[in-house]
Amino acid sequence: MTVLDQHVWQPRTDPAPLLPDPEPYRLLGTPEAGALDAGLLTTMYGQLVRGRRYNRQATALTKQGRLAVYPSSTGQEACEVAAALALEPQDWLFPSYRDTLAAVARGVDPVEALTLLRGDWHTGYDPREHRVAPLSTPLATQLPHAVGLAHAARLKGDDVVALAMVGDGGTSEGDFHEALNFAAVWHSPVVFLVQNNGFAISVPLAKQTAAPSLAHKAVGYGMPGRLVDGNDIAAVHAVLTEAVARAREGGGPTLVEAITYRMDAHTNADDATRYREDAEVEAWREHDPIAVLERALRERDLLDDAMVRATEEDAERMAAALRERMNEDPVLDPMDLFAHVYAEPTPQLREQAAMLRAELEAEAQS
Amino acid sequence: MSTATTATPVATGRKPATMAQALNRALRDSLAEDPSVHLFGEDIGTLGGVFRITDGLAKEFGDSRCTDTPLAEAGILGTAVGMAMYGMRPVVEMQFDAFAYPAFEQLVSHVAKMRNRTRGTMPLPLTIRVPYGGGIGGVEHHSDASEAYYAHTPGLHVVTPATVADAYGLLRASIASDDPVIFLEPKRLYWSKADWSADAPEEVAPIGRAVVRRSGRSATLITYGPSLTVCLEAAEAAVQEGWDLEVVDLRSLVPFDDETVTASVRRTGRAVVVHESSGFGGVGAEIAARVSERCFHHLEAPVLRVAGFDIPYPPPMLERHHLPGVDRILDAVGRLQWEEA
Ligand SMILES: Cc1ncc(C[n+]2csc(CCOP(=O)(O)OP(=O)(O)O)c2C)c(N)n1
Repeated sequence: MTVLDQHVWQPRTDPAPLLPDPEPYRLLGTPEAGALDAGLLTTMYGQLVRGRRYNRQATALTKQGRLAVYPSSTGQEACEVAAALALEPQDWLFPSYRDTLAAVARGVDPVEALTLLRGDWHTGYDPREHRVAPLSTPLATQLPHAVGLAHAARLKGDDVVALAMVGDGGTSEGDFHEALNFAAVWHSPVVFLVQNNGFAISVPLAKQTAAPSLAHKAVGYGMPGRLVDGNDIAAVHAVLTEAVARAREGGGPTLVEAITYRMDAHTNADDATRYREDAEVEAWREHDPIAVLERALRERDLLDDAMVRATEEDAERMAAALRERMNEDPVLDPMDLFAHVYAEPTPQLREQAAMLRAELEAEAQS
Repeated sequence: MSTATTATPVATGRKPATMAQALNRALRDSLAEDPSVHLFGEDIGTLGGVFRITDGLAKEFGDSRCTDTPLAEAGILGTAVGMAMYGMRPVVEMQFDAFAYPAFEQLVSHVAKMRNRTRGTMPLPLTIRVPYGGGIGGVEHHSDASEAYYAHTPGLHVVTPATVADAYGLLRASIASDDPVIFLEPKRLYWSKADWSADAPEEVAPIGRAVVRRSGRSATLITYGPSLTVCLEAAEAAVQEGWDLEVVDLRSLVPFDDETVTASVRRTGRAVVVHESSGFGGVGAEIAARVSERCFHHLEAPVLRVAGFDIPYPPPMLERHHLPGVDRILDAVGRLQWEEA
């Protein structure tokens, strides 16, 4: 018996467990927060502050021409960090183009994570090293990959869960539907994390979906949908950890919708004032993921001013190191254009490579 | 020619305008003239499109004429098919070249074939606008030159303007066409400017006609879209080397203007095809074959191609090595003094 023929389809009679929570699930600020692991919370705090600083630094690097473009995740750091922390080392992360931070939080070198956006190559890291797939620019196309990888691991008997990230806009793509359907039918160990940050470039959620929530979409595929406050890192982490555990134990896929907000423009090249009011952005500032966690930590006396300062200094050092490394011009070899098209270059590519080499030599001599 | 700027950049008379403005004006005029014209796509409403080609149109004509769709290219094109089946003239925007690929099923299986499948009873008058090509420093998936995929699919017209006037004229003609048109917008020319009059009917370009942009006697450069400016530059530079180059701008890949191309090459006896998309199986191969078939006895040298390498579009820091530039064109022109090896 293979993993594919374990199930006999029957009409579901228990829709309730699949339905998402009526309100986004929250932990911080509730009585349950008192029971959360103090070490985990302070780790999260450090990562959030570093993540915010990373976003700021990367945005600054676009202004200096050091990055071609940067899609900031400022405001969404809780989702980024929680996604990375919810996984075991053998698990896989499938990020979208906005999820540089999740890749970094999972251990990818900060400069290598920026290679795509700097423009020296398309992916700067070895996906196998940290089990992080290339940042995917075409939206939702990474989701079926996550399903396929998890499926393959399961066929081999390996204990691997795949967590795939997508934006609210990406849920409208056909690939989203096909990935969720495959995952549910195959009962694959996959967690889908939708970061609902309010907009797909300029298009608000109301023009993207008429569903009660994006998490509700899970029901139609036959998997649980969870709705969580995406600015409450403890809640996102708890929901993802639970979904990852269920997937690991053979419980199949979960769709998690995290409600958050994109504080910056779509990218540094976008003018957000065309499609949203400052007041809306300001309102979300009150619910900033760092502030939310900071309040909860102070309530439990797990954080004081000195620790805040120390965390900020640590983030500052990270940013300085990043700046310094990014200020070095990458060493590029134009001949690399031909190096990775096929395992063996075709005769035609060899010819074209020779032509470019001659051009480069002539250029060097003149 | 007046270069004075006024508050309305593209009103009557000749004023400097960008290709983006000319495209915007073409859409506006089409919307105003024909109530069956509807625009839709991602971010084309409030934002006016990521390249601002639809700027102000939702405001002027309302959400139902210029509609922000959900983020789904297959859905955008598929619903456009249904609208066209019901007699409308949808004009859809694919945000970037490489993001049109999810819509290929609709494009190849339905858009291109509806007229044929229905023995002509159900034509699909729809226009698919695709910003295409590189040279703007975009990260991966933002610079594909995808014209060969479209041109290889019978049933589609494929046009691409290289000048501000043609951007207006060809887009108007595309929207008016009773067949589906792939309208390829060279994104690195969006901000190119020209003195341009929206009211000069002689500048409206019919689909299927190439134009000689520079006449010359010693060889013909055949090109289109983003490569036209590079070819014109190369032609100027070639003068010093004693070459008087003719430059033909195809404007339309399907239908292909054999007449203009053949006449030019018969006059000059030599031809180089220039485009930035990959050479292998590219549009240039088709053109070289057609020219060889029609001009064999007039040719003094084989038809050469200068194209992008046969590689996935490179990252921005390396794209200058991939895109055909003046030197590569001049090099090919030099090889036209052909002696059999
Ligand atoms: C298939 C595809 N279509 C269009 C685009 C262009 N595009 C890039 S980001 C974006 C908006 C994405 O919105 P969302 O999925 O909500 O993610 P967010 O940007 O909010 O993180 C669009 C339309 C793309 N990258 N891929």
